[in-house]
Amino acid sequence: MNHVRVLRGVVGAAGFAVAVEAVGLSGLVDERFLPRMSTILVGAAGLIVDPEFLADVVATLTAWALGLLLTVAVAVPAGLTLGALPAAERAVRPLIEFLRPIPSVAIIPLAILLFSDNLHLKLAVIVYASSWPVLINAIYGLRDVDPLAKETLRGFGFGPMSVLARVALPSAAPFIATGVRVASGIAIILTVSAELLAGGSEGIGIFITEAAGGNRIDLMLAATLWAGLFGVLSNAVLVAVERRLFRWHHARSEAAR
Amino acid sequence: MLEITELVHSYGSHRVLDGVSLSVAEGELVSVVGPSGCGKSTLLRSIAGLIRPSGGQILLGGRPVDQIPDNLAIVFQDYSRSLFPWMTAANNVALPLRRRGLDRRRRREAAMAALDQVGLADAGGKYPWEMSGGMQQRVSIARALAYRPSLLLMDEPFGSVDAQTREDLEDLVLRVCAHHGMTILLITHDIDESVYVGDRVIVLTRSPARVSADLKVDLGASRDQIATRQLDEFVRLRAEVGRLVRGGSTTATTVLEQH
Repeated sequence: MNHVRVLRGVVGAAGFAVAVEAVGLSGLVDERFLPRMSTILVGAAGLIVDPEFLADVVATLTAWALGLLLTVAVAVPAGLTLGALPAAERAVRPLIEFLRPIPSVAIIPLAILLFSDNLHLKLAVIVYASSWPVLINAIYGLRDVDPLAKETLRGFGFGPMSVLARVALPSAAPFIATGVRVASGIAIILTVSAELLAGGSEGIGIFITEAAGGNRIDLMLAATLWAGLFGVLSNAVLVAVERRLFRWHHARSEAAR
Repeated sequence: MLEITELVHSYGSHRVLDGVSLSVAEGELVSVVGPSGCGKSTLLRSIAGLIRPSGGQILLGGRPVDQIPDNLAIVFQDYSRSLFPWMTAANNVALPLRRRGLDRRRRREAAMAALDQVGLADAGGKYPWEMSGGMQQRVSIARALAYRPSLLLMDEPFGSVDAQTREDLEDLVLRVCAHHGMTILLITHDIDESVYVGDRVIVLTRSPARVSADLKVDLGASRDQIATRQLDEFVRLRAEVGRLVRGGSTTATTVLEQH
């Protein structure tokens, strides 16, 4: 069943590629504005052995990984604290509800003013934007822990900290993991956006800006393709990790269905 | 062992327990039966220290329950929520033993022994969601057994399993608890069950709950699902408990039937 789903996805992507290729061949659109899919793919393949592009990829992925780590380090404890202390959660709730809907890209100009170091700037916007799903999932994950599960352990004489560590955290962990996966997608968007807006010396966003400056739409799209593929790949890896670590969670929700 | 005097509890202005007094002696299995929603679970949660009653006194082993006592265990009706799905059966049973200061190996041994007693010797490596409802409730019972509590509280422990499994579990609890000489307070709304498993049956009134009767069950120590239920004493007790649980309305019905 899973294979069928993967196959359908491949068919969809291939169909899209063929359609773009057909548009190029038909001459409906000037190839300078929309290169043929085959040109983009050849360009993308060429980029793998381009040391300059590889250095850009390393810079982007480093910022992404560090940003995501920082996000987890900041948002998970914050979310758990707010989830465990309803009074504190109610106090910061309006602030969260106000800040969260602000498009994160809109804070990049502010970050440009605040940070002189390019990596610091990227990390700041990544952490700001990616923290929300982790924070929200940690709060709700912790708050929705089954009271009977907690009472069970309390009944055996375990104190509040033990109940938190042995029941609340494991119960909330799958939700937090989902939040981290969503955050990883947001982090890649923010990394490239920061590179596009703030400039700098290295990064996929910088490569795209330079390709645009050289009027190389094919290379722009080839680099974009790699950024997109990376997003798909990191999501797939995190889904696999979740399925493995939280088999009990998925087995239960599938049984309930 | 357990001494409850004039226990009162209200949720806001809604009074649930209205002066409940009862006692459980060492090694006794006392069933508490009453109509649905009469406050049975509130009573159990008060004894367990999970809620603080509005008034009255609970003495456990001579000491007042003012926080959660560390020598009792609870088996809840809802095993699927009470067992931890991220742990195997053996680890679920072993977890509370941390409170006993046992090292990892001793915890594991005690857990396996308890699982063996409930007939799950081979299921220690299974996760709760890989088991049937009856098996899961056996794991809950094993968890309580392994803890060796001085008082075992059971809240409708057989309420969520099918009839056959229910009988099996009743006999399992009777057997294992006789073996360990455990003291048990079992809450149920099932009249038959209260008589079948109990050394004594305490009947609660409709909410707000008071004790309406405290009946000795003279059926001997060993019980049999078929033979015991045929005894005159069983039939008599069941009828008496039934009348008490239904309150005044039954008397009217009986009168009508006689005509």
